[in-house]
Amino acid sequence: MKSNRLQQFLIPLLAVLLGMLVGSIVMLASGYNPIAGFGALVYGAFGDPYYIGETIRQTTPYILTGLAVAFAFRTGLFNIGVEGQLIVGWLAAVWVGVSFDLPKIIHLPLAILAAALAGALWGLIPGVLKAYLKVHEVIITIMMNYIALHVTNAIIRSVLSDEGFKSKPVKESASLHSDFLDAITYHSTMHYGILIAIAAAFVMWFLLERTTKGFELRAVGFNQHASQYAGMNVRTNIILAMVISGAFAGVAGAMEGLGTFGNISTKAGFTGLGFDGIAVALIGGNNAFGILLSALLFGALKVGALEMPSSAGVPTELVDIIIALIIFFVASSYMIRWLLSRWQKGAE
Amino acid sequence: MSVYDVLQTIVPTTIFFAAPLIFTALGGVFSERSGVVNIGLEGLMTIGAFVGVVFNLTFADRFGELTPWLALLAAMAVGAVFSLLHAVASVTFRADQVVSGVAINFLALGLSLFLVKKMYGKGQTDQIQVGFDKIDVPVLSDIPVIGPLLFSNAYVPSYIAIVLAFVSWYVIYKTPFGLRLRAVGEHPMAADTMGINVAKMRYIAVMISGALGGLGGAVYATIISRDFSHATISGHGFMALAAMIFGKWHPIGAMGAALFFGLAQSLSIVGQTIPFLKNVPTVYLLIAPYALTILALAGFIGRAEAPKAAGTPYIKGKR
Repeated sequence: MKSNRLQQFLIPLLAVLLGMLVGSIVMLASGYNPIAGFGALVYGAFGDPYYIGETIRQTTPYILTGLAVAFAFRTGLFNIGVEGQLIVGWLAAVWVGVSFDLPKIIHLPLAILAAALAGALWGLIPGVLKAYLKVHEVIITIMMNYIALHVTNAIIRSVLSDEGFKSKPVKESASLHSDFLDAITYHSTMHYGILIAIAAAFVMWFLLERTTKGFELRAVGFNQHASQYAGMNVRTNIILAMVISGAFAGVAGAMEGLGTFGNISTKAGFTGLGFDGIAVALIGGNNAFGILLSALLFGALKVGALEMPSSAGVPTELVDIIIALIIFFVASSYMIRWLLSRWQKGAE
Repeated sequence: MSVYDVLQTIVPTTIFFAAPLIFTALGGVFSERSGVVNIGLEGLMTIGAFVGVVFNLTFADRFGELTPWLALLAAMAVGAVFSLLHAVASVTFRADQVVSGVAINFLALGLSLFLVKKMYGKGQTDQIQVGFDKIDVPVLSDIPVIGPLLFSNAYVPSYIAIVLAFVSWYVIYKTPFGLRLRAVGEHPMAADTMGINVAKMRYIAVMISGALGGLGGAVYATIISRDFSHATISGHGFMALAAMIFGKWHPIGAMGAALFFGLAQSLSIVGQTIPFLKNVPTVYLLIAPYALTILALAGFIGRAEAPKAAGTPYIKGKR
């Protein structure tokens, strides 16, 4: 049992190390200096208060998309639609943010709530289809992503702007912008969203580990038949799990809409935040605390990468390669377990 | 504008947009029929598009008119090799196939853009100079009415795509190889008992999907986008995945669905010039393929059922 827990911790760690190792080999093979490359990466993520602010800003939505994916994983579902739920959440938050004039104490929570509801709605559809028609949620959520992308673009063009490509900025009363954080991080784009993200991680932990409903949700994820036999309503729990997961993703969109950008623009493609959330959840072991750490790792990788071209000449895409490799290694944890067991046998 | 004029605008562009989707969707059929879910089609198309364009730019001087054809072959080869990663992870290392597919998508985009920046010093390649010529199919293009619509002024790869769908149908339903492929995807343990090497079949199937996905991407890049950047393949692989499902994991069905999605794409582009479509907002055409796939899966348009063992690794001796 003890070695199992150790493995749970070791596998993500080894996956990250292996990913970086192969990343270094890629850098060497293409004629770059890996030490300079990683040096630039670390400096670009934590080198001065501005970079730290940017890293934390990037970490904020990652925490929430990671929680969204992890919540679904823990309840036996694979929500690959976090991306789409994030986009509709972003749209809803901005829509509320530009349309009302309210005191901040009402307006900001209302905008975030709208984002959560929009994401929840986008999760509701695959949830219902899964619960009642047993349609696999992976395909449905992928399709929902594209529907979200095109529908939000159409709404931005026709409703939120006059055939333009971006909305007006959200009202001050709905903004997450902070003069204080702005000042201490040399005008980075960091905003108050990080507090909401950390609170959300606590909510997820409490909900899953400390409430009866959370127990039911996890039980349905482990074994539907046993849960049904124990008197739980499997269908309601599947739908609820997708709705909650979608709500986390929607709030991630609110972070972008009310904090980082303060508006919404039409998009040619996805933000990537939702897909990266899969990696965040996997590395974080689908555990709320683990996700805080892994979101910070991915936030640092993404922001640090921006420093790599100028100071080490390495294209930023190297980080995408590393992230992909990390996902591979975690997914192939059977390989790592096998290697670990060989290694342990050798030591005996 | 007469109906025939309208058709003359729509039909050729439909086939034009459908060809890459058909190739890729057929690849998906092979992989999923063997029991390996392949969300990585998008990434395989990306790699194919990258190889197709880079090969074309590099060797255009040496091979002249042959270049685009050789580029397609190169893209198929690289696609097959690249898909090995998915095969190794999901067959040998028993990884979650969806996660591994997601990783394929990330890796394909990251690696190809990394290499583009390394090779060209910018985020986008130049335009290719040697493409495919448009041809009129001999004899068939002289048929009245249908000839000009279906057989004139079109690209050869489009016809290859349609022929390949029938070839795939024959292979999957009429040959011993196809029977084994389907057996492995429906009930691997039974197949194993009958002496079929489950892992080998799945490796082959995933590599076929890699080759066809690479081909689809290269056809898209050579004919439609003519260069490679981060946005060259944006969702086409997922649309091909949708076509495979909408076509109920059947090669001919997948081809039909891909043609239908090609129609939706072409209408969203040429629709503005057609009188009775002018007032339909393009957003409906853009989301049509995805919305229809959801309806098909939900059973509103006939029931779409995946191969039984799709998504589960086969572990010998496990009940």
